[in-house]
Amino acid sequence: MTQAPPAPVTEAPVLGAPVDRIDGTAKTTGQARYAAEFDHPGLVHAALVCATVPRARLVGIDTADALAHPGVLTVLTHENAPTMRKSPSPGLPDISTMATATSVTYLNTDEVHWNGQPVAVVVATTSDAAKEAAALVRPSYEPLPATVDFQAALPDARPQKRNPFSPAGGAKGDAEAALATAPVSVDLTFTTPMHHHNAIEPHATTAVWHGDRLTVHECTQTIDWTRRRLAHVFGVPVADVRVLAEFVGGGFGGKGYLWPGTVLAVLAARVTERPVRLALSREEVYRTVGGRTPSTQRVALGSTVDGKLTALVHTSITQLGRIGGWPEQVTSQSRHLYDAEHVLLRQRQVELDALSTTTMRAPGESIGTYALESAVDELAHRLGMDPIELRMRNEPDRNPLGGTRFSHRRLREAYALGAERFGWAERSPEPGSMRDGRWLVGWGVASAYHPAQMFPANVTVRLFADGTVLLRSAFHETGMGQPTTQAQIVAHELGVPFEAVRVEHGDTALPTGPPAGGSMQTASLAASVRAACADLRRSVHGLARRSGSVVGRQRPADLVARDGGLFGPDGGETYAAILSRAGQSRVDAKVGSDTGLGRVTGQLRFAARMVRDGMRWVRASTGAQFCEVRVDPDTGEVRVTRWVGAFDIGTVVNAKTATSQLRGGIVMGIGLALSEETLVDPRTGRIMNPNLSGYHVPVHADVPELDVAFVGDPDPTMPLGVLGAGEVGITGVGGAVANAVFHATGRRVYDLPITLDKLL
Amino acid sequence: MRVNGAETSAELEPRVSLLDALREHLGVTGPKKGCDQGACGACTVLVDGRRVVSCLGLAVQYDGREVTTIEGVDHPVQRAFVRNDGLQCGYCTPGQICSAVGMLAEHAAGEPSAATERVTSRPTLTEAEIRERMSGNLCRCGAYNGIVAAIAEVAG
Amino acid sequence: MKDFAYVAAPDVATAVRAAADAPGARFLAGGTNLVDLMRQHVERPDTVVDISRLPLTSVEETKSGGLRIGALMRNSDLAAHPLVRTRYPMLTQALLAGASAQLRNMATVGGNLLQRTRCPYFYDRATPCHKREPGTGCAAVGGFNRSHAILGTSASCVATHPSDMCVALAALDAVVEVEDVRGTRRIPLADLHRLPGDTPHLETTLAPDELITSVELPAPAAAPSRYRKVRDRASFAFALVSVAAALEVTDGTVAAVRLALGGVAPKPWRAVEAERVLTGAPATEESFRAAADAELAPAVTLDGNEFKVELARRTIVATLRDLAREGSRA
Repeated sequence: MTQAPPAPVTEAPVLGAPVDRIDGTAKTTGQARYAAEFDHPGLVHAALVCATVPRARLVGIDTADALAHPGVLTVLTHENAPTMRKSPSPGLPDISTMATATSVTYLNTDEVHWNGQPVAVVVATTSDAAKEAAALVRPSYEPLPATVDFQAALPDARPQKRNPFSPAGGAKGDAEAALATAPVSVDLTFTTPMHHHNAIEPHATTAVWHGDRLTVHECTQTIDWTRRRLAHVFGVPVADVRVLAEFVGGGFGGKGYLWPGTVLAVLAARVTERPVRLALSREEVYRTVGGRTPSTQRVALGSTVDGKLTALVHTSITQLGRIGGWPEQVTSQSRHLYDAEHVLLRQRQVELDALSTTTMRAPGESIGTYALESAVDELAHRLGMDPIELRMRNEPDRNPLGGTRFSHRRLREAYALGAERFGWAERSPEPGSMRDGRWLVGWGVASAYHPAQMFPANVTVRLFADGTVLLRSAFHETGMGQPTTQAQIVAHELGVPFEAVRVEHGDTALPTGPPAGGSMQTASLAASVRAACADLRRSVHGLARRSGSVVGRQRPADLVARDGGLFGPDGGETYAAILSRAGQSRVDAKVGSDTGLGRVTGQLRFAARMVRDGMRWVRASTGAQFCEVRVDPDTGEVRVTRWVGAFDIGTVVNAKTATSQLRGGIVMGIGLALSEETLVDPRTGRIMNPNLSGYHVPVHADVPELDVAFVGDPDPTMPLGVLGAGEVGITGVGGAVANAVFHATGRRVYDLPITLDKLL
Repeated sequence: MRVNGAETSAELEPRVSLLDALREHLGVTGPKKGCDQGACGACTVLVDGRRVVSCLGLAVQYDGREVTTIEGVDHPVQRAFVRNDGLQCGYCTPGQICSAVGMLAEHAAGEPSAATERVTSRPTLTEAEIRERMSGNLCRCGAYNGIVAAIAEVAG
Repeated sequence: MKDFAYVAAPDVATAVRAAADAPGARFLAGGTNLVDLMRQHVERPDTVVDISRLPLTSVEETKSGGLRIGALMRNSDLAAHPLVRTRYPMLTQALLAGASAQLRNMATVGGNLLQRTRCPYFYDRATPCHKREPGTGCAAVGGFNRSHAILGTSASCVATHPSDMCVALAALDAVVEVEDVRGTRRIPLADLHRLPGDTPHLETTLAPDELITSVELPAPAAAPSRYRKVRDRASFAFALVSVAAALEVTDGTVAAVRLALGGVAPKPWRAVEAERVLTGAPATEESFRAAADAELAPAVTLDGNEFKVELARRTIVATLRDLAREGSRA
């Protein structure tokens, strides 16, 4: 019979400690290498030619000048590119199909489906030659009718299909009737523009074929999915494709799928039989990698005169491409945040002749909370009630839809903590009533909400005879500090010093890790790392028993892992001593299997757990966002001058990196609120600001000190009590800023971003 | 051109940017390409001690100059970045650090910024000054607070 | 980027000779605008004359009490120069409001004067643009034009001049000195840039091979001055509207005023009409408003940039109000 393994000490200081990043030195000395920085003998460079029309048939493509350019090896077009296999549409049972970004087989079709679709790829000996030659390729188009204007297409909206993580609607009672009879109500329409991720590292691929074996350095948040999709497209066994991504220069959802650049780099390498690097220009990223959908949203709230919600209506229309896209879960948070008697949630979509929309940091909740929380603020204003008080009066005990239990919910505590740190009690409620010199001052608040889920994660934990430990798993480091946090968890679980733990990640040769998406990586890995460490302790105890160690003479339940070994009331020994006595150079513990059967089993278990957990609990990270803005009364310029975010993300594994994650979400949220907007020309579907000077992400001067606080309560249903931290930080930010602007000026802005022209 | 103290030479077409010369021809990949347009600061290097964006210079223009990339920087601000978590994905980090080193020198020389209330005065390096002076370096992960803290810590 | 013949010029004579010998040649200084445009395939010169090492980097006092600034002086050096900071603080402010520190360390005075517009349609070869390709059309009218001009535009072009420095130079009555193989000449800044009319591709009155060698500033006025820039971010963004102003008030009356606007016109815009209305008027908010209205009366707006009229009006008034207050404190 399997005995319970020796337990780790529960109060080990490494868990929760603000440990410096394990890769901090590599990243601050230029040693960390990214996908475009791997050299190979004979490496050549590729560049894309992107369509300049939204929908067309290619009737010719003149490559003569490009081919004549010195250094050009080949120009691949639909006329000469080898056939690739079409990637299957996203769907179960194979979750790696989620990485299929579009239904287009690039260069295997004469059809143009979006303004920016690659119609040729040029390969040359230098990147300068490839890019210049790309500019010399002349496609001829026969235009086809195109629908590219989101606003104009709204009347054609159809019900949205659900995405894998969130339903497309829901209802309780008769919300419209309740709204009509509510003593106090608001019925508001909000719009948000398209956004782009703008990870500072543009997408890049370095592809090398050795016969039918493929090695790809790729900036991706999903190396396993990328490997499987590439294997499919190029018709080679999955085992013969290796994808590496040790460091990824930011993703935010934009590197979760197989976009054209990756496929075409691999194709170019296949055709030229040379290692190929395709480093997309910033413009090419905009043209060939999807962004966050624009949205139009209606939020209507009805309440009693004392602020009890009787009706909550939240509907949305978002965009997909005809060739694919992400059905944005705009009403996700509205399922869970307020205890309204009657609820109606409905998501619809339009399909345009445009590139697929995709996931971007907190898809759904980032823009959904802007609308919902603005409406709640407006209702509070009409009720003459403090907006926090209104929220607390409607804080549910169980999930408002269906009555499922919350695994835990600490939103009240988050508001109390945030209000205290912000000094909310000093707020004068009347809009326009607070000033500092000539500046109008406004304070706003909004709720943050992001669901917590998990992916399967395979890991190996290896204990060496010198007492050091190696964690191996093909997970991702895109900035969240994952190798550091997981090393902390290993150190905690095995009772070894943090410095004794090494981590290998970002390589499909390792056990398959989880994708870096949906704020799921930390918890997904924590579950497997804990299980592997427990196995390891059990194995070490077994070794100790067989080799006559004092550890082996004690019951596992009496032992704790600390000080680099196992210790009990009768004494203990270090792992090094136990392994040495047993004559073992190392002990491995594995969780998950990468065999075909193991993978299927893992996925079935994953799907079953997702369904079961969804029926048992509603789980989420939550928070309270507090914002102070100053508005110039002459020009309408808005500056965010103070911020407090109080979050419940369950257990905080690393206070330093978790704080950074949440701050990062808030910074992106400030961009969403005040300045970010992808300009899609409604005449042509062409993005007109595909660069970092026209698309305004926040700069240093836009960001004040962001005070992040944690409620710190472990979630009882999640491994180690960990919820996610990557996305909850951006949620609520748009609402908090908009509410602060309203408080400062008396102007409520219904259309993001809140640029100064909307306040004049 | 001297790169990080070592003499280098390469036969390059005049159109090759300083950034591409470093990354693709000399194997110095510390300076990053984020926009190739001067809009993100990831490619910031020091030329004769002054910070510039290497994407908008042609390599031929830097013949005989001293170019310092992150690989050649050894400065307390690097450790301060790690301590203050002034980085996440790390891609903008080499540019942020080179920029910070150049910025500290500019400030030490008494140069004003747009955050300086009276441009005739010698500005003190407040957090507002640091933010304005570092605004040419975008960080999409949003590590701005940690970066400012790291620089303030080193500036004392 | 197209490959090109590269000429490194050790002196001005070589530079202008090289430019004269190679029609279509471009002078390359800091590169912050030209290299970008070449990479975008908007500029495709066959010859590039590198002038970045010409010895035109000094600031000298002129006999008349002004300054002569070498055209290859870096924007950051000029902004930090003690004589500029103390005598022309508005110019320092304008320079520091532009771009980023790294770009200011590269960009030169001459290059800044010749900056080309940031109209997104000008930058995108896939769209029509009279300025880039005369005769093709203007996609900004009927497209995105929130950042576009409201004064001095024509049916063929509504693009703005993006410089901050030039707005201050316009207010300061700067004179540009240029040289070519034929000799030298002086051009008042107001006459350097052209309005688009039917020829938006012709942006200045310079001959293609003329090189800007220096900029001369007349003796400074004692009046309080200021450069105020309004933009979509707190830093590192082009102006939606900017105002360079100097205001001298005597006994409550405007004795002298200099006013120039950025972000609203195809060239640095000297607000001559506003100055006329203000001079001799009481230094009151009412006068400031009347002056702004007079200047903005001929404004022509598009779908996206109507707000610029009100924004310009408010920014002018606020800037003058601040200066009047500052003057009365002094």
